[in-house]
Amino acid sequence: MSRPFSIRWQDIAARGWTLAAAAIALLVLIPVGVVMSSLWMPAPDVWPHLTAHVLPELLRNTFWLVLGVGIGVSVLGVSLAWLTAMCEFPGRRLFSWALMLPMAIPAYVLGFVFIGLLDFTGPVQTALRGWFGEFPFPAIRSHGGVILVMTLTLYPYVYLIARNAFLTQGKRTLEVAQSLGLSRRAGFFRVALPMARPWIAGGVMLAIMETLADFGTVAVFNYDTFTTGIYKAWYGLFSLPAASQLASLLVMLVFALILIEQYTRARKRYTSTGRHTDARDRIKLHRAARWSATWYCVLVASIAFVVPLLQLIDWALSVYQSDLDARYFEFLLHSIALGAIAAVIAAAVALTLSYAARHSRTGRTRWLTRVANLGYALPGPVLAVGTYIPITWLDTHVAEWMHAAFGIEVGHLLQGTLLTMLAAYTVRFMAVSFNPIDGNMQRITRSLDDAARSLGVSGIKMLQRVHIPILRSGLITGMLLVFVDVMKEMPITLMTRPFGWDTLAIQIFEMTSEGQWERAALPAVALVIVGLVPIALLTRYTDH
Amino acid sequence: MSIPAPRYSVVNIVAAAVLGAGIAFASSLLADDSHRADAAPGGDEVVVYSARNEQLIKPMFDAYTKETGVKIKFITDKEGPLMQRLKAEGAGTPADILLTVDAGNLWQARQMNLLKPVKSTVLEANIPSHLRDADNYWFGLSVRARTIVYNTQRVKPEQLSTYEDLADPKWKKRLCLRTSKKVYNQSLVAMMIAEHGEQKTEDLVRGWVANLATDVFPDDVKMMQAIAAGQCDVGIVNTYYFGRLLAKNPKLPLKLFWPNQAGNGVHVNVSGAGVTAHAKHEAAAVKLLEWLSTPKAQSMFADVNLEYPVNPAVPPAAAVAAWGTFKQNPINVAKAGELQTAAVKLMDRAGYK
Repeated sequence: MSRPFSIRWQDIAARGWTLAAAAIALLVLIPVGVVMSSLWMPAPDVWPHLTAHVLPELLRNTFWLVLGVGIGVSVLGVSLAWLTAMCEFPGRRLFSWALMLPMAIPAYVLGFVFIGLLDFTGPVQTALRGWFGEFPFPAIRSHGGVILVMTLTLYPYVYLIARNAFLTQGKRTLEVAQSLGLSRRAGFFRVALPMARPWIAGGVMLAIMETLADFGTVAVFNYDTFTTGIYKAWYGLFSLPAASQLASLLVMLVFALILIEQYTRARKRYTSTGRHTDARDRIKLHRAARWSATWYCVLVASIAFVVPLLQLIDWALSVYQSDLDARYFEFLLHSIALGAIAAVIAAAVALTLSYAARHSRTGRTRWLTRVANLGYALPGPVLAVGTYIPITWLDTHVAEWMHAAFGIEVGHLLQGTLLTMLAAYTVRFMAVSFNPIDGNMQRITRSLDDAARSLGVSGIKMLQRVHIPILRSGLITGMLLVFVDVMKEMPITLMTRPFGWDTLAIQIFEMTSEGQWERAALPAVALVIVGLVPIALLTRYTDH
Repeated sequence: MSIPAPRYSVVNIVAAAVLGAGIAFASSLLADDSHRADAAPGGDEVVVYSARNEQLIKPMFDAYTKETGVKIKFITDKEGPLMQRLKAEGAGTPADILLTVDAGNLWQARQMNLLKPVKSTVLEANIPSHLRDADNYWFGLSVRARTIVYNTQRVKPEQLSTYEDLADPKWKKRLCLRTSKKVYNQSLVAMMIAEHGEQKTEDLVRGWVANLATDVFPDDVKMMQAIAAGQCDVGIVNTYYFGRLLAKNPKLPLKLFWPNQAGNGVHVNVSGAGVTAHAKHEAAAVKLLEWLSTPKAQSMFADVNLEYPVNPAVPPAAAVAAWGTFKQNPINVAKAGELQTAAVKLMDRAGYK
């Protein structure tokens, strides 16, 4: 008697989850759709020009950038994650969180710091010329320079996620591999790495999407990519159709990447042994390897964080007397508030989506999940416009309707409020929190649910006692990542902020847009310092 | 399974942050009523969308508020997004004034029907006709001269003559330029097209590119530093960047040169503004623009950034006057907007990044 009932109930539940996923995907699709709406409009005066003089180079540049950053973040992220999670060497505890810190520096800031330090007029080359006369020095404003800067700010995504995977994988699997005759190296490449693959791939995808969507960093390097091409078509050639067609190409490219990544991992299911690695389990490195590990970590942490921060502080000290005023407290508060609210909303949305993907067995839901994550690949300036247009449209029509139907003047309900901003942030950064949350969700196996149910735990209790403890680390990781990302975000913040809601990132824009890099260091330092708090929490939390 | 204490503390901190943020959010929603421009139609308030930086406009607006009691609210962003925002908001826009740092974008804003014409004898009297729209859709408020800068240890001023001359092979590996993505360079090339036609201008720009000593720079300041350090000898710069850099480091071996004095004169652009097509406080907006064109405000507006006043009755700041006087190109700056797209394409063809 209960059987048919429960089946029907599950059907309804599954349909509900699919609907939720559809609603979220729609939220993302609206801005994407607005941008793509002029897709079929001809731009005959612009396209021949673009294909002849602009596209070849930007395609080449984008290709090398994605390849370089993809390889860079994988190598740095995975190697550092393996070392700090699974090996014992001097400074391991310090580095396990210090290696996350580069994430606090926005890529565009790291870009102008590196150029300031390493270009022809910077202190390094000037000193070298002073000692040796003419000195051949690799150009920092180059393919290599952009790749280096983006790799150094984006590897923490891979590091964090891979490290979590290694930690939860436990050493037991590795022991099994060794007992079957594999060397330690083979154990890493043939067992540990493939097992951590979905998480690593997720991290690398985040880094690549961020790279494709980046506008600020490539602008500092004057490196032409898809994003700069869109910007040029839109604001240089004033061709919305051409800009929209370029943006559509970009979105399709990202979608193809997502599909390829998921196709290659096919139908493997990943579950963990569930036991966390602890001190006894770590591999004791012998002498030479111990110190190489330490020096490797020192090198990465200094280049990606310590040196740039010192340079920023040096610049900030030269201007703080004239620039630092009471308003900075306000900027700081706004940055934190926006980051925190967006983090909670994005995590809630991502959690819903992740449950939907778990509960609904239809392929449709899986497609919706993929679509919903696309927002992260849209360049900020494009997404900002894509969000703003439908919101103002809705506002106008609601106001007209209210006036016509009830004679009430409501003014603007959305436009000029934080809601617009938060909607845009959610669309853009949902993917960032979806990845770690969904990663943990995959560990809640059906047998786990069944076991809990057989012990009489179900419904809300199941959520409280079984799901939340497993999901917690993913939720917190997701929230903290979004928090830091939103604080660093510039184009959406610029376009959608209500009057008076200036943030630290806005203050950086005010300075850099006039080429005043030293003065931009002051808000940049403040931003980095605020970003350190959640990052320290993040690693402390995942590290036990 | 025991849960270590730190977990709870993290959760608590996150919860506290969320709670705090929630309160901030709620209070902002409530406070937002006062932000809504349309809540007080015709009131003592003007709303400005500005591509000119906060630090360059806020002192002016503060002074105006102090003098008249009229409140000014503003948002800064780049021109492109600001114009998209105006377009999206349509008739519902809270903005009364669009303020930009170049004429090209004001011309574009008029084409997009974002501005409305203003009849004001004050503005017409204070602003020379080549620095405002022919039909009074927008008005220049300060003049920005884009001229030649050179390294005094490596170049003699006699060697310099015109922008066009920088395409001559004698400057091979000696020229530095800022990126063609900056609208200042797009305007300069647009004005060259107006003067020489596309074919000749393209040859000239190709000549510039062939003479480059290094990749183009993202901004004028970095470019001047490269000239001072001897990476190249000569470049093209907006004068206020030069003034700012020299104020910080007077010892740099850099000097300005006024080109094309025997011809059309130095390329100038304006930072200017227009009243938006759907302004809610039109009269107040016009009053603000008029005030900005008066001698007192003109000094402030130009001097805060070492620019030149548009009002010919107002002398530039002493530091600016010290650079000497020059003949400015008399062609209406609107031409830069008209030919901007052609200029962008031309620079792409010539390989000027």
